[in-house]
Amino acid sequence: MSLSSKEEPLTLDTFVRGIWKENPVFVTVLGMCPTLAVTNSATNALSMGAATLFVLLCSNVLVSMLRKSIPKQVRIAAYIVVIASFVTVVDYAIQAISLQVYEALGAFIQLIVVNCIILGRAEAYASRQTVLNTAVNSVGTGIGFTLALLCLGVVRELLGAGTLFGARILPEQFQPWVLMLLPAGGFFVLAGWLLLIDWMNIRKERRALEQQGATVHGQ
Amino acid sequence: MSAEMPVQGVPQGVPQGVPFLPMVRTLGLISLVCGFAVTLAYQWTKPYVEENQRVTTERAVLAVLPQAVTQKAFVLGERGVAPAAADSPAEDVVYVGFDAAGKVVGIAARGASRGYADLVHIMFSYDPACECINALKVTKMNETPGLGDTVLRDPSFKRNFEALDARVNAEGTALANRIVTVKHGTKREAWQIDAISGSTVTSKAIGRGLDQSAQRLVPRIRRHLAELERAGP
Repeated sequence: MSLSSKEEPLTLDTFVRGIWKENPVFVTVLGMCPTLAVTNSATNALSMGAATLFVLLCSNVLVSMLRKSIPKQVRIAAYIVVIASFVTVVDYAIQAISLQVYEALGAFIQLIVVNCIILGRAEAYASRQTVLNTAVNSVGTGIGFTLALLCLGVVRELLGAGTLFGARILPEQFQPWVLMLLPAGGFFVLAGWLLLIDWMNIRKERRALEQQGATVHGQ
Repeated sequence: MSAEMPVQGVPQGVPQGVPFLPMVRTLGLISLVCGFAVTLAYQWTKPYVEENQRVTTERAVLAVLPQAVTQKAFVLGERGVAPAAADSPAEDVVYVGFDAAGKVVGIAARGASRGYADLVHIMFSYDPACECINALKVTKMNETPGLGDTVLRDPSFKRNFEALDARVNAEGTALANRIVTVKHGTKREAWQIDAISGSTVTSKAIGRGLDQSAQRLVPRIRRHLAELERAGP
């Protein structure tokens, strides 16, 4: 039956950890294919983030509901069937909402099936935790993923086209950096964000150590 | 019991100790729930998807036939003209544009050919009066930003499609001259397309897609023009 593990209490951390401490893109560096491929505009980034959030939430809630009756020998097959079904649902939904967005995201909608963030959450969290905890954690992780995609999409669209969500922001005289819209631009912007977040974390740790040292000397 | 002997009720090949029935039951239940969800989503979104496709097509047709007030799709098969249905072969479908008085103002058709990254899809309009292609719109492509996508903006490239020669041969079976994309600055004939320097692959894809579609449809349009005009909006 399901993997035995202690169920954690529902806290604010259950929600927030996926946004910051365990951000799927900037901390655990998962789901890199859609992160680099579809973030050439803020609209695409937001659409992909929303689609992933929907699949993450629905599939993990279903996995959590069935966690006590899914035999461990077939759990991965079961998770994939569940995830693939919700990806198909979201695929139809995006076609119904906007064909333009559907064509822009291309095969990356179907490839959500193999997004390791979703399968990873199902295996490491949903299969061990209550439905409520899973729902809260999935929403947090989904928002964290969406925000990370937006961070990339906003910078790439601004520098690559001078626009944001299709509206012109930078003046007409601005010469767009077309490289930012190409896959190489995705790597550059991702590296920039990772550098910034790493620098912030190191600075935070150093301050904590300095404060600790000051307290020891002050004794 | 020896390891080779099958356990009663468990098919051969399934390792002993694996709960066979719970596995089948759980996977069956999951498949049932997921199948239901997928079917429900398909049924619910189908009319919206079809409406989106209709609106997208209509916008593309009206972009190449700006004088048209309304448009109607027909299939130009070997047997003649028939109203287009959802399952009609896309390569035989033409969109006839009508003005407010119900008069034909032009005929639009689709084309596609492989570019640098993927298929480049186009919509073009054919004017029976001048026997020429007088507008073209790229409806879908994934070409390299800054290089291939200049075909969408370059004004001199767009001028190629203001009166591109598409006369049919004396037998009425094909175009009198193949539509070809030529190197930038070497266009000499009315049926040639002047490529964009730095975007040659995409320019050629557009020329190829246009030629293939026009070779197939323009002779049929000429043959059935009277029927199309009589069909009305």
